[in-house]
Amino acid sequence: MSGLLVIAEQRRGELRPVSLELIGAAQTLKRAQDTVAVAIMAAAPSRFVQPLQLAGVDEILAVKTVSEEFDPDTFETVVAALIAERRPDVVLVAHSVDSFGYAPALAARLGLGFASDVFKAERIDGALIATRGGYGQKVNVEVDFPGRDSVLLALRANVFKPPEQAGAPRVVELAAAPVSSRSVGRGFIELAAGDDVDMTQAEFILTIGRGIGEESRVAQFRELADALGATLGCSRPIADAGWLPKSRQVGQSGKTASACKLYIAMGVSGAIQHLAGMKHIATIVAVNSDAGASIFGVAKYGIVGDIFEIAEELRRNF
Amino acid sequence: MKILVAVKQVAALDEDFTIRAGGRDVDEDYLLHDLNEWDDYSLEEAVKIKEAAAQPAEAAAQPVEVVVVTVAPDRADESLRKCLAKGADRAIRIWDEAVAGSDPIAIARILAAAARQESPAMLFAGVQSSDQAFATTGIAAAAFLGWPHAAVVSSLAYAPGAARAVLRRELEGGLLQEVEIQCPAVLSIQLGINTPRYASLRSIKQAAAKPIEVKSLSDVGLGAADVGEAGSASRVRRMLIPDKGRAQLIEGDAPAQARRLAEIIREFKGGAP
Repeated sequence: MSGLLVIAEQRRGELRPVSLELIGAAQTLKRAQDTVAVAIMAAAPSRFVQPLQLAGVDEILAVKTVSEEFDPDTFETVVAALIAERRPDVVLVAHSVDSFGYAPALAARLGLGFASDVFKAERIDGALIATRGGYGQKVNVEVDFPGRDSVLLALRANVFKPPEQAGAPRVVELAAAPVSSRSVGRGFIELAAGDDVDMTQAEFILTIGRGIGEESRVAQFRELADALGATLGCSRPIADAGWLPKSRQVGQSGKTASACKLYIAMGVSGAIQHLAGMKHIATIVAVNSDAGASIFGVAKYGIVGDIFEIAEELRRNF
Repeated sequence: MKILVAVKQVAALDEDFTIRAGGRDVDEDYLLHDLNEWDDYSLEEAVKIKEAAAQPAEAAAQPVEVVVVTVAPDRADESLRKCLAKGADRAIRIWDEAVAGSDPIAIARILAAAARQESPAMLFAGVQSSDQAFATTGIAAAAFLGWPHAAVVSSLAYAPGAARAVLRRELEGGLLQEVEIQCPAVLSIQLGINTPRYASLRSIKQAAAKPIEVKSLSDVGLGAADVGEAGSASRVRRMLIPDKGRAQLIEGDAPAQARRLAEIIREFKGGAP
Protein backbone atom coordinates (compact mmCIF):
# COMPACT_ATOMS: atom_id res chain seq x y z
CA MET A 1 0.00 0.00 0.00
CA SER A 2 1.29 3.41 -0.81
CA GLY A 3 0.14 6.85 -1.66
CA LEU A 4 -2.00 9.49 -0.09
CA LEU A 5 -5.64 10.28 -0.58
CA VAL A 6 -6.87 13.75 0.37
CA ILE A 7 -10.59 14.45 0.73
CA ALA A 8 -11.25 18.09 -0.13
CA GLU A 9 -14.34 19.88 1.19
CA GLN A 10 -16.78 22.22 -0.46
CA ARG A 11 -19.92 23.84 0.84
CA ARG A 12 -22.48 25.88 -1.06
CA GLY A 13 -20.34 26.20 -4.14
CA GLU A 14 -17.15 27.18 -2.37
CA LEU A 15 -14.06 25.11 -1.78
CA ARG A 16 -13.31 25.17 1.94
CA PRO A 17 -9.81 26.64 2.52
CA VAL A 18 -8.79 23.73 4.76
CA SER A 19 -8.77 21.57 1.61
CA LEU A 20 -5.59 23.30 0.48
CA GLU A 21 -4.02 22.86 3.91
CA LEU A 22 -4.63 19.11 3.62
CA ILE A 23 -2.71 19.14 0.34
CA GLY A 24 0.14 20.96 2.08
CA ALA A 25 0.20 18.27 4.76
CA ALA A 26 0.16 15.55 2.10
CA GLN A 27 3.28 17.07 0.54
CA THR A 28 5.19 16.75 3.80
CA LEU A 29 4.15 13.10 4.23
CA LYS A 30 4.77 12.10 0.63
CA ARG A 31 7.66 9.69 -0.01
CA ALA A 32 9.43 9.31 -3.36
CA GLN A 33 7.25 6.45 -4.54
CA ASP A 34 3.95 7.97 -3.32
CA THR A 35 1.28 9.56 -5.42
CA VAL A 36 -1.09 12.16 -3.99
CA ALA A 37 -4.71 12.01 -5.12
CA VAL A 38 -7.21 14.70 -4.11
CA ALA A 39 -10.90 13.83 -4.25
CA ILE A 40 -13.68 16.41 -4.38
CA MET A 41 -17.34 15.41 -4.20
CA ALA A 42 -20.14 17.58 -5.59
CA ALA A 43 -23.06 17.47 -8.01
CA ALA A 44 -20.88 19.43 -10.44
CA PRO A 45 -17.32 18.82 -9.20
CA SER A 46 -15.48 20.28 -12.18
CA ARG A 47 -15.81 23.83 -10.85
CA PHE A 48 -13.56 22.91 -7.89
CA VAL A 49 -10.81 21.32 -9.95
CA GLN A 50 -8.86 24.44 -10.84
CA PRO A 51 -8.06 25.65 -7.29
CA LEU A 52 -6.90 22.12 -6.38
CA GLN A 53 -4.30 22.05 -9.15
CA LEU A 54 -1.37 22.56 -6.83
CA ALA A 55 2.23 21.44 -6.68
CA GLY A 56 2.56 17.94 -5.27
CA VAL A 57 -0.86 16.78 -6.44
CA ASP A 58 -0.64 13.93 -8.96
CA GLU A 59 -4.30 13.35 -9.52
CA ILE A 60 -7.60 15.10 -8.91
CA LEU A 61 -10.60 12.81 -8.57
CA ALA A 62 -13.69 14.83 -9.44
CA VAL A 63 -16.50 12.69 -8.06
CA LYS A 64 -19.99 13.53 -9.23
CA THR A 65 -22.56 12.88 -6.50
CA VAL A 66 -26.35 13.09 -6.54
CA SER A 67 -26.44 15.40 -3.56
CA GLU A 68 -24.79 18.82 -3.97
CA GLU A 69 -23.90 19.12 -0.30
CA PHE A 70 -22.35 16.87 2.33
CA ASP A 71 -24.27 13.75 3.14
CA PRO A 72 -22.72 11.17 5.49
CA ASP A 73 -23.86 8.06 3.61
CA THR A 74 -22.58 9.37 0.28
CA PHE A 75 -19.24 10.43 1.71
CA GLU A 76 -18.78 7.14 3.54
CA THR A 77 -19.60 5.10 0.45
CA VAL A 78 -17.47 7.14 -1.95
CA VAL A 79 -14.41 7.35 0.28
CA ALA A 80 -14.67 3.64 1.17
CA ALA A 81 -14.74 2.80 -2.55
CA LEU A 82 -11.75 5.06 -3.26
CA ILE A 83 -9.79 3.43 -0.43
CA ALA A 84 -10.68 -0.08 -1.64
CA GLU A 85 -9.61 0.73 -5.17
CA ARG A 86 -6.50 2.80 -4.56
CA ARG A 87 -5.19 1.34 -1.29
CA PRO A 88 -3.69 4.59 0.05
CA ASP A 89 -1.65 4.18 3.22
CA VAL A 90 -2.68 7.64 4.44
CA VAL A 91 -6.07 9.32 4.00
CA LEU A 92 -6.33 12.98 5.03
CA VAL A 93 -9.57 14.73 5.88
CA ALA A 94 -10.25 18.00 7.72
CA HIS A 95 -11.19 17.94 11.39
CA SER A 96 -14.39 19.73 10.44
CA VAL A 97 -18.07 19.41 11.28
CA ASP A 98 -18.71 17.46 8.07
CA SER A 99 -15.87 15.05 8.83
CA PHE A 100 -17.22 14.56 12.35
CA GLY A 101 -20.26 13.19 10.55
CA TYR A 102 -18.57 10.41 8.60
CA ALA A 103 -14.83 9.96 9.24
CA PRO A 104 -15.16 8.04 12.54
CA ALA A 105 -17.78 5.76 10.95
CA LEU A 106 -15.51 5.10 8.01
CA ALA A 107 -12.54 4.32 10.27
CA ALA A 108 -14.68 2.00 12.40
CA ARG A 109 -16.19 0.21 9.43
CA LEU A 110 -12.99 -0.31 7.45
CA GLY A 111 -10.72 -0.94 10.42
CA LEU A 112 -8.46 1.97 9.52
CA GLY A 113 -5.93 3.48 11.86
CA PHE A 114 -7.49 6.75 13.01
CA ALA A 115 -6.75 9.97 14.85
CA SER A 116 -8.66 13.24 14.84
CA ASP A 117 -7.77 16.88 15.55
CA VAL A 118 -4.21 16.13 14.48
CA PHE A 119 -1.94 19.18 14.36
CA LYS A 120 1.32 17.43 13.48
CA ALA A 121 1.88 14.43 11.26
CA GLU A 122 5.26 12.97 10.42
CA ARG A 123 7.05 9.79 9.52
CA ILE A 124 9.64 8.64 12.02
CA ASP A 125 11.72 5.61 10.96
CA GLY A 126 9.04 4.81 8.43
CA ALA A 127 6.19 4.86 10.97
CA LEU A 128 3.41 7.42 10.79
CA ILE A 129 3.16 9.46 13.98
CA ALA A 130 0.35 11.92 14.64
CA THR A 131 0.26 14.52 17.41
CA ARG A 132 -2.96 15.82 18.95
CA GLY A 133 -3.91 17.57 22.16
CA GLY A 134 -4.99 15.86 25.36
CA TYR A 135 -6.61 16.90 28.63
CA GLY A 136 -8.06 20.10 27.25
CA GLN A 137 -4.96 20.78 25.10
CA LYS A 138 -2.72 20.84 28.17
CA VAL A 139 -0.56 18.01 26.87
CA ASN A 140 0.55 16.88 23.43
CA VAL A 141 -0.24 13.26 22.69
CA GLU A 142 1.76 11.36 20.10
CA VAL A 143 -0.10 8.40 18.67
CA ASP A 144 0.93 5.67 16.25
CA PHE A 145 -1.00 3.00 14.41
CA PRO A 146 0.59 -0.40 14.91
CA GLY A 147 -0.60 -3.06 12.51
CA ARG A 148 -2.68 -0.69 10.36
CA ASP A 149 -1.96 -0.65 6.63
CA SER A 150 -4.11 2.38 6.06
CA VAL A 151 -4.53 5.35 8.41
CA LEU A 152 -7.18 8.08 8.35
CA LEU A 153 -6.10 11.39 9.86
CA ALA A 154 -8.47 14.29 10.51
CA LEU A 155 -6.25 17.37 10.49
CA ARG A 156 -6.88 20.57 12.43
CA ALA A 157 -7.57 23.64 10.28
CA ASN A 158 -5.27 26.68 10.19
CA VAL A 159 -2.19 24.64 11.02
CA PHE A 160 -0.79 23.12 7.83
CA LYS A 161 0.49 25.44 5.11
CA PRO A 162 -1.19 25.22 1.74
CA PRO A 163 1.20 24.81 -1.21
CA GLU A 164 1.88 28.08 -2.99
CA GLN A 165 2.84 26.74 -6.39
CA ALA A 166 0.48 25.48 -9.02
CA GLY A 167 0.85 22.02 -10.48
CA ALA A 168 -0.52 20.07 -13.41
CA PRO A 169 -2.24 17.01 -11.99
CA ARG A 170 -4.19 14.51 -14.05
CA VAL A 171 -7.94 15.03 -13.66
CA VAL A 172 -10.12 11.94 -13.43
CA GLU A 173 -13.88 12.32 -13.58
CA LEU A 174 -15.85 9.73 -11.63
CA ALA A 175 -19.49 9.19 -10.82
CA ALA A 176 -20.43 8.03 -7.33
CA ALA A 177 -22.34 4.76 -7.15
CA PRO A 178 -25.95 5.41 -6.22
CA VAL A 179 -26.46 5.61 -2.47
CA SER A 180 -29.77 5.47 -0.67
CA SER A 181 -29.11 8.10 1.96
CA ARG A 182 -30.68 7.63 5.34
CA SER A 183 -30.52 11.33 6.03
CA VAL A 184 -31.43 14.16 3.70
CA GLY A 185 -30.18 17.73 3.89
CA ARG A 186 -33.10 20.16 3.67
CA GLY A 187 -31.12 23.34 3.31
CA PHE A 188 -29.00 25.83 5.20
CA ILE A 189 -29.96 28.44 7.73
CA GLU A 190 -27.78 31.46 8.43
CA LEU A 191 -27.39 32.26 12.08
CA ALA A 192 -29.97 34.94 12.81
CA ALA A 193 -28.44 38.23 13.84
CA GLY A 194 -29.34 38.92 17.45
CA ASP A 195 -28.52 42.59 17.04
CA ASP A 196 -26.96 44.71 14.34
CA VAL A 197 -23.32 43.96 15.12
CA ASP A 198 -21.08 42.32 12.52
CA MET A 199 -18.16 40.66 14.29
CA THR A 200 -16.45 39.91 10.98
CA GLN A 201 -16.00 43.67 10.41
CA ALA A 202 -14.84 44.66 13.89
CA GLU A 203 -11.20 45.74 14.19
CA PHE A 204 -11.11 46.01 17.98
CA ILE A 205 -12.94 43.36 19.98
CA LEU A 206 -13.31 42.96 23.72
CA THR A 207 -14.45 39.42 24.43
CA ILE A 208 -15.84 38.04 27.64
CA GLY A 209 -15.90 34.37 28.62
CA ARG A 210 -17.03 32.03 31.32
CA GLY A 211 -14.81 33.87 33.81
CA ILE A 212 -17.39 36.65 34.22
CA GLY A 213 -19.41 34.11 36.22
CA GLU A 214 -22.79 35.84 36.30
CA GLU A 215 -25.11 37.49 33.81
CA SER A 216 -25.30 40.63 35.95
CA ARG A 217 -21.62 41.24 35.20
CA VAL A 218 -22.21 41.59 31.44
CA ALA A 219 -23.30 45.23 31.84
CA GLN A 220 -19.93 46.25 33.30
CA PHE A 221 -18.09 44.89 30.26
CA ARG A 222 -20.61 46.33 27.80
CA GLU A 223 -20.00 49.73 29.30
CA LEU A 224 -16.23 49.17 29.25
CA ALA A 225 -16.30 48.13 25.58
CA ASP A 226 -18.27 51.27 24.72
CA ALA A 227 -15.82 53.46 26.59
CA LEU A 228 -12.86 51.83 24.82
CA GLY A 229 -14.53 51.99 21.42
CA ALA A 230 -14.40 48.20 21.16
CA THR A 231 -17.01 45.77 19.90
CA LEU A 232 -18.19 43.46 22.68
CA GLY A 233 -17.87 39.79 21.80
CA CYS A 234 -18.15 36.57 23.75
CA SER A 235 -17.10 32.95 23.87
CA ARG A 236 -19.53 30.08 23.45
CA PRO A 237 -20.74 29.58 27.05
CA ILE A 238 -21.89 33.21 27.27
CA ALA A 239 -23.95 32.92 24.06
CA ASP A 240 -25.31 29.49 25.01
CA ALA A 241 -26.48 30.91 28.33
CA GLY A 242 -28.25 33.68 26.42
CA TRP A 243 -26.29 36.45 28.16
CA LEU A 244 -25.30 37.88 24.79
CA PRO A 245 -26.80 37.15 21.37
CA LYS A 246 -25.27 34.35 19.29
CA SER A 247 -24.18 36.95 16.73
CA ARG A 248 -21.58 38.14 19.27
CA GLN A 249 -19.99 34.71 19.58
CA VAL A 250 -16.44 34.52 18.27
CA GLY A 251 -14.86 31.19 17.34
CA GLN A 252 -15.30 28.18 15.13
CA SER A 253 -19.07 27.90 15.23
CA GLY A 254 -19.65 31.60 15.66
CA LYS A 255 -18.23 34.40 13.61
CA THR A 256 -14.62 34.61 12.55
CA ALA A 257 -13.06 37.84 13.71
CA SER A 258 -11.59 38.29 10.26
CA ALA A 259 -10.99 42.06 10.37
CA CYS A 260 -9.79 42.11 13.96
CA LYS A 261 -6.43 43.69 14.82
CA LEU A 262 -6.70 44.10 18.58
CA TYR A 263 -8.45 41.43 20.62
CA ILE A 264 -8.77 41.60 24.38
CA ALA A 265 -10.07 38.39 25.94
CA MET A 266 -11.27 38.65 29.52
CA GLY A 267 -12.08 35.47 31.40
CA VAL A 268 -11.79 33.36 28.24
CA SER A 269 -9.94 30.11 28.85
CA GLY A 270 -9.21 29.59 25.17
CA ALA A 271 -10.83 26.33 24.11
CA ILE A 272 -9.44 25.24 20.77
CA GLN A 273 -12.77 26.04 19.10
CA HIS A 274 -12.51 29.61 20.34
CA LEU A 275 -8.95 30.02 19.13
CA ALA A 276 -9.79 28.75 15.64
CA GLY A 277 -9.12 31.45 13.11
CA MET A 278 -7.29 33.88 15.37
CA LYS A 279 -3.79 33.48 14.03
CA HIS A 280 -4.12 36.59 11.87
CA ILE A 281 -4.87 38.95 14.76
CA ALA A 282 -1.85 41.20 15.33
CA THR A 283 -2.40 41.78 19.04
CA ILE A 284 -4.24 39.46 21.40
CA VAL A 285 -4.28 40.41 25.07
CA ALA A 286 -5.50 37.77 27.50
CA VAL A 287 -6.69 38.61 30.98
CA ASN A 288 -7.35 35.55 33.10
CA SER A 289 -6.99 34.53 36.72
CA ASP A 290 -5.72 31.09 35.66
CA ALA A 291 -2.08 31.37 34.64
CA GLY A 292 -2.42 27.96 32.95
CA ALA A 293 -5.27 29.03 30.64
CA SER A 294 -4.69 28.00 27.01
CA ILE A 295 -5.39 31.53 25.80
CA PHE A 296 -1.95 32.61 27.05
CA GLY A 297 -0.53 30.26 24.43
CA VAL A 298 -1.79 32.42 21.57
CA ALA A 299 -1.84 35.84 23.22
CA LYS A 300 0.89 38.42 22.62
CA TYR A 301 0.35 39.97 26.04
CA GLY A 302 -0.99 38.34 29.15
CA ILE A 303 -2.31 39.64 32.43
CA VAL A 304 -2.75 37.07 35.17
CA GLY A 305 -5.26 38.64 37.50
CA ASP A 306 -8.83 39.32 38.50
CA ILE A 307 -10.78 40.37 35.40
CA PHE A 308 -13.19 42.60 37.33
CA GLU A 309 -10.40 44.49 39.01
CA ILE A 310 -8.51 44.91 35.72
CA ALA A 311 -11.73 46.00 33.99
CA GLU A 312 -12.40 48.61 36.67
CA GLU A 313 -8.85 49.92 36.59
CA LEU A 314 -8.84 49.98 32.80
CA ARG A 315 -12.09 51.96 32.79
CA ARG A 316 -10.37 54.70 34.87
CA ASN A 317 -7.91 55.21 32.01
CA PHE A 318 -10.63 56.22 29.53
CA MET B 1 -39.46 3.06 24.16
CA LYS B 2 -36.00 3.95 25.22
CA ILE B 3 -33.35 6.61 24.59
CA LEU B 4 -29.82 5.54 25.33
CA VAL B 5 -27.36 8.30 26.25
CA ALA B 6 -23.65 7.53 26.12
CA VAL B 7 -21.75 9.52 28.74
CA LYS B 8 -18.15 9.88 29.81
CA GLN B 9 -16.45 10.84 32.99
CA VAL B 10 -13.70 13.17 31.80
CA ALA B 11 -10.49 14.20 33.50
CA ALA B 12 -9.15 17.71 33.91
CA LEU B 13 -5.59 18.33 35.00
CA ASP B 14 -4.59 19.75 38.31
CA GLU B 15 -2.34 22.80 38.07
CA ASP B 16 1.05 21.14 38.55
CA PHE B 17 0.73 17.76 36.91
CA THR B 18 3.44 15.35 35.90
CA ILE B 19 3.65 12.67 33.25
CA ARG B 20 3.83 9.23 34.81
CA ALA B 21 6.67 6.75 34.36
CA GLY B 22 6.67 5.30 30.87
CA GLY B 23 5.64 8.69 29.47
CA ARG B 24 2.31 7.57 28.06
CA ASP B 25 -0.15 9.34 30.36
CA VAL B 26 -0.49 11.88 33.13
CA ASP B 27 0.06 10.68 36.68
CA GLU B 28 -3.43 9.75 37.90
CA ASP B 29 -3.03 11.69 41.13
CA TYR B 30 -3.34 14.92 39.13
CA LEU B 31 -6.63 14.08 37.42
CA LEU B 32 -9.89 15.71 38.50
CA HIS B 33 -12.90 13.77 37.27
CA ASP B 34 -16.30 15.08 36.28
CA LEU B 35 -19.12 14.39 33.82
CA ASN B 36 -18.27 15.60 30.29
CA GLU B 37 -19.83 19.01 29.64
CA TRP B 38 -21.37 17.88 26.32
CA ASP B 39 -23.07 14.93 28.01
CA ASP B 40 -25.04 17.27 30.25
CA TYR B 41 -26.72 18.54 27.08
CA SER B 42 -27.36 15.14 25.46
CA LEU B 43 -28.85 13.83 28.70
CA GLU B 44 -31.04 16.92 29.04
CA GLU B 45 -32.26 16.48 25.46
CA ALA B 46 -33.31 12.89 26.21
CA VAL B 47 -34.97 13.88 29.48
CA LYS B 48 -36.85 16.69 27.72
CA ILE B 49 -38.24 14.17 25.21
CA LYS B 50 -39.26 11.90 28.06
CA GLU B 51 -41.02 14.71 29.92
CA ALA B 52 -42.81 15.96 26.81
CA ALA B 53 -44.15 12.44 26.17
CA ALA B 54 -45.45 12.29 29.72
CA GLN B 55 -47.61 15.41 29.35
CA PRO B 56 -51.36 14.72 29.62
CA ALA B 57 -51.87 16.23 26.16
CA GLU B 58 -49.60 13.51 24.79
CA ALA B 59 -51.63 10.63 26.24
CA ALA B 60 -51.11 8.63 23.05
CA ALA B 61 -47.33 8.93 23.28
CA GLN B 62 -45.35 5.97 24.48
CA PRO B 63 -43.61 6.41 27.81
CA VAL B 64 -39.89 7.08 27.40
CA GLU B 65 -37.15 5.53 29.46
CA VAL B 66 -33.79 7.32 29.56
CA VAL B 67 -30.81 5.04 30.10
CA VAL B 68 -27.23 6.30 30.46
CA VAL B 69 -24.33 4.07 29.58
CA THR B 70 -20.62 4.54 30.17
CA VAL B 71 -17.42 2.55 29.74
CA ALA B 72 -15.35 3.20 32.85
CA PRO B 73 -14.10 1.84 36.17
CA ASP B 74 -16.16 2.36 39.32
CA ARG B 75 -15.00 5.93 39.93
CA ALA B 76 -17.49 6.88 37.17
CA ASP B 77 -20.43 5.86 39.39
CA GLU B 78 -20.30 9.37 40.82
CA SER B 79 -20.97 10.81 37.34
CA LEU B 80 -23.68 8.24 36.69
CA ARG B 81 -25.41 9.26 39.95
CA LYS B 82 -25.34 12.82 38.68
CA CYS B 83 -27.08 11.66 35.48
CA LEU B 84 -29.66 9.74 37.51
CA ALA B 85 -30.30 12.85 39.59
CA LYS B 86 -30.83 14.86 36.40
CA GLY B 87 -33.53 12.57 35.07
CA ALA B 88 -32.02 9.33 33.75
CA ASP B 89 -34.03 6.29 34.84
CA ARG B 90 -31.17 3.84 35.06
CA ALA B 91 -27.48 3.55 34.36
CA ILE B 92 -25.19 0.93 32.87
CA ARG B 93 -21.47 0.85 33.48
CA ILE B 94 -19.29 -1.50 31.48
CA TRP B 95 -15.76 -2.28 32.57
CA ASP B 96 -13.01 -4.82 32.36
CA GLU B 97 -9.30 -4.38 33.04
CA ALA B 98 -8.70 -5.17 29.34
CA VAL B 99 -10.52 -1.94 28.38
CA ALA B 100 -7.67 0.23 29.74
CA GLY B 101 -5.80 1.90 26.88
CA SER B 102 -8.82 1.79 24.56
CA ASP B 103 -9.20 4.59 22.03
CA PRO B 104 -12.61 6.05 21.06
CA ILE B 105 -13.09 3.43 18.32
CA ALA B 106 -12.77 0.59 20.85
CA ILE B 107 -15.04 2.43 23.31
CA ALA B 108 -17.57 2.88 20.48
CA ARG B 109 -17.49 -0.87 19.83
CA ILE B 110 -18.41 -1.51 23.48
CA LEU B 111 -21.17 1.12 23.47
CA ALA B 112 -22.60 -0.34 20.26
CA ALA B 113 -22.63 -3.81 21.85
CA ALA B 114 -24.50 -2.40 24.85
CA ALA B 115 -26.93 -0.57 22.55
CA ARG B 116 -27.68 -3.80 20.70
CA GLN B 117 -28.79 -5.34 23.98
CA GLU B 118 -30.89 -2.34 24.98
CA SER B 119 -32.34 -1.73 21.49
CA PRO B 120 -33.16 1.95 22.05
CA ALA B 121 -35.08 4.13 19.59
CA MET B 122 -32.24 6.67 19.67
CA LEU B 123 -28.65 6.83 20.84
CA PHE B 124 -27.32 10.24 21.91
CA ALA B 125 -23.68 11.09 22.58
CA GLY B 126 -21.88 14.37 23.18
CA VAL B 127 -20.14 15.89 20.14
CA GLN B 128 -16.82 15.38 21.90
CA SER B 129 -15.27 14.99 25.31
CA SER B 130 -13.72 17.99 26.99
CA ASP B 131 -10.54 16.06 27.84
CA GLN B 132 -9.45 14.15 24.71
CA ALA B 133 -11.74 15.90 22.18
CA PHE B 134 -11.75 13.19 19.52
CA ALA B 135 -15.35 13.90 18.37
CA THR B 136 -15.40 10.25 17.36
CA THR B 137 -17.16 7.89 19.77
CA GLY B 138 -20.83 8.48 18.91
CA ILE B 139 -20.45 8.36 15.13
CA ALA B 140 -18.14 5.34 15.30
CA ALA B 141 -20.76 3.57 17.43
CA ALA B 142 -23.29 4.31 14.68
CA ALA B 143 -21.04 2.48 12.22
CA PHE B 144 -20.82 -0.59 14.45
CA LEU B 145 -24.62 -0.53 14.81
CA GLY B 146 -25.18 0.15 11.12
CA TRP B 147 -27.43 3.09 12.06
CA PRO B 148 -27.93 6.48 10.39
CA HIS B 149 -26.10 9.26 12.17
CA ALA B 150 -25.75 13.01 12.35
CA ALA B 151 -22.97 14.99 14.01
CA VAL B 152 -23.07 18.29 15.89
CA VAL B 153 -26.82 18.51 16.40
CA SER B 154 -27.86 21.88 17.81
CA SER B 155 -31.64 21.46 17.66
CA LEU B 156 -33.89 18.44 17.41
CA ALA B 157 -37.55 17.75 16.65
CA TYR B 158 -38.30 14.14 17.50
CA ALA B 159 -41.48 12.44 18.68
CA PRO B 160 -40.68 9.29 20.66
CA GLY B 161 -40.88 6.24 18.42
CA ALA B 162 -41.19 8.28 15.20
CA ALA B 163 -39.62 6.88 12.03
CA ARG B 164 -37.92 10.19 11.25
CA ALA B 165 -36.48 13.15 13.11
CA VAL B 166 -35.65 16.63 11.89
CA LEU B 167 -32.56 18.28 13.27
CA ARG B 168 -30.13 21.09 12.69
CA ARG B 169 -26.38 20.59 12.49
CA GLU B 170 -24.20 23.43 13.63
CA LEU B 171 -21.59 24.00 10.93
CA GLU B 172 -18.64 26.38 10.98
CA GLY B 173 -19.01 30.14 10.81
CA GLY B 174 -22.56 30.57 12.09
CA LEU B 175 -24.25 28.31 9.54
CA LEU B 176 -26.80 25.59 10.28
CA GLN B 177 -27.92 22.71 8.10
CA GLU B 178 -31.37 21.19 8.47
CA VAL B 179 -31.44 17.42 8.06
CA GLU B 180 -34.19 14.81 8.09
CA ILE B 181 -32.92 11.48 9.39
CA GLN B 182 -34.30 7.96 9.67
CA CYS B 183 -34.60 6.50 13.16
CA PRO B 184 -33.20 4.76 15.10
CA ALA B 185 -30.21 7.00 14.69
CA VAL B 186 -27.11 8.11 16.54
CA LEU B 187 -26.94 11.85 17.14
CA SER B 188 -23.91 13.70 18.49
CA ILE B 189 -25.30 16.57 20.54
CA GLN B 190 -23.77 20.05 20.65
CA LEU B 191 -23.50 22.48 23.57
CA GLY B 192 -26.31 25.01 23.71
CA ILE B 193 -29.03 22.72 22.28
CA ASN B 194 -30.91 23.22 25.56
CA THR B 195 -30.31 24.52 29.07
CA PRO B 196 -29.26 21.59 31.26
CA ARG B 197 -31.00 21.50 34.62
CA TYR B 198 -29.37 21.42 38.00
CA ALA B 199 -30.12 18.40 40.13
CA SER B 200 -32.35 19.25 43.08
CA LEU B 201 -31.59 17.89 46.54
CA ARG B 202 -34.69 15.77 46.26
CA SER B 203 -33.65 14.30 42.92
CA ILE B 204 -30.15 13.62 44.22
CA LYS B 205 -31.73 11.67 47.08
CA GLN B 206 -33.98 9.77 44.67
CA ALA B 207 -31.03 8.99 42.42
CA ALA B 208 -29.38 7.05 45.20
CA ALA B 209 -32.16 4.48 44.90
CA LYS B 210 -31.94 4.15 41.12
CA PRO B 211 -30.00 1.20 39.73
CA ILE B 212 -26.47 1.23 38.27
CA GLU B 213 -26.01 -2.01 36.42
CA VAL B 214 -22.39 -3.13 36.13
CA LYS B 215 -21.52 -5.26 33.13
CA SER B 216 -18.37 -7.03 32.04
CA LEU B 217 -17.11 -7.26 28.48
CA SER B 218 -18.48 -10.76 28.12
CA ASP B 219 -21.87 -9.54 29.37
CA VAL B 220 -22.08 -7.43 26.20
CA GLY B 221 -20.70 -10.20 24.02
CA LEU B 222 -17.17 -8.89 23.54
CA GLY B 223 -13.73 -10.22 24.39
CA ALA B 224 -10.36 -8.75 25.30
CA ALA B 225 -9.27 -8.76 21.63
CA ASP B 226 -12.08 -6.31 20.77
CA VAL B 227 -10.83 -3.62 23.14
CA GLY B 228 -7.63 -2.13 24.56
CA GLU B 229 -4.69 -1.76 22.21
CA ALA B 230 -5.81 -4.65 20.00
CA GLY B 231 -9.23 -3.16 19.39
CA SER B 232 -8.09 0.45 18.98
CA ALA B 233 -7.37 2.44 15.83
CA SER B 234 -4.48 4.31 17.47
CA ARG B 235 -2.05 3.83 20.33
CA VAL B 236 -0.61 6.50 22.59
CA ARG B 237 3.13 6.54 22.03
CA ARG B 238 3.92 9.26 24.52
CA MET B 239 2.56 12.38 26.14
CA LEU B 240 4.56 15.56 26.29
CA ILE B 241 4.10 18.83 28.10
CA PRO B 242 4.11 21.45 25.33
CA ASP B 243 6.12 24.63 25.54
CA LYS B 244 4.30 27.16 27.66
CA GLY B 245 2.54 30.04 25.99
CA ARG B 246 4.53 32.81 24.45
CA ALA B 247 2.41 35.62 25.93
CA GLN B 248 4.52 38.41 27.32
CA LEU B 249 3.18 38.86 30.83
CA ILE B 250 2.29 42.35 31.97
CA GLU B 251 3.52 42.52 35.54
CA GLY B 252 2.74 44.82 38.46
CA ASP B 253 -0.39 45.49 40.48
CA ALA B 254 -3.81 45.86 38.87
CA PRO B 255 -3.58 49.66 38.30
CA ALA B 256 -0.16 49.27 36.65
CA GLN B 257 -1.35 46.36 34.51
CA ALA B 258 -4.42 48.33 33.45
CA ARG B 259 -2.28 51.37 32.58
CA ARG B 260 -0.11 49.24 30.29
CA LEU B 261 -3.22 47.73 28.69
CA ALA B 262 -4.60 51.25 28.14
CA GLU B 263 -1.33 52.14 26.39
CA ILE B 264 -1.67 49.13 24.09
CA ILE B 265 -5.22 50.24 23.24
CA ARG B 266 -4.08 53.83 22.57
CA GLU B 267 -1.21 52.62 20.38
CA PHE B 268 -3.73 50.63 18.34
CA LYS B 269 -6.12 53.56 18.08
CA GLY B 270 -3.34 55.95 17.15
CA GLY B 271 -2.36 53.66 14.33
CA ALA B 272 -5.90 52.87 13.24
CA PRO B 273 -7.17 54.77 10.22
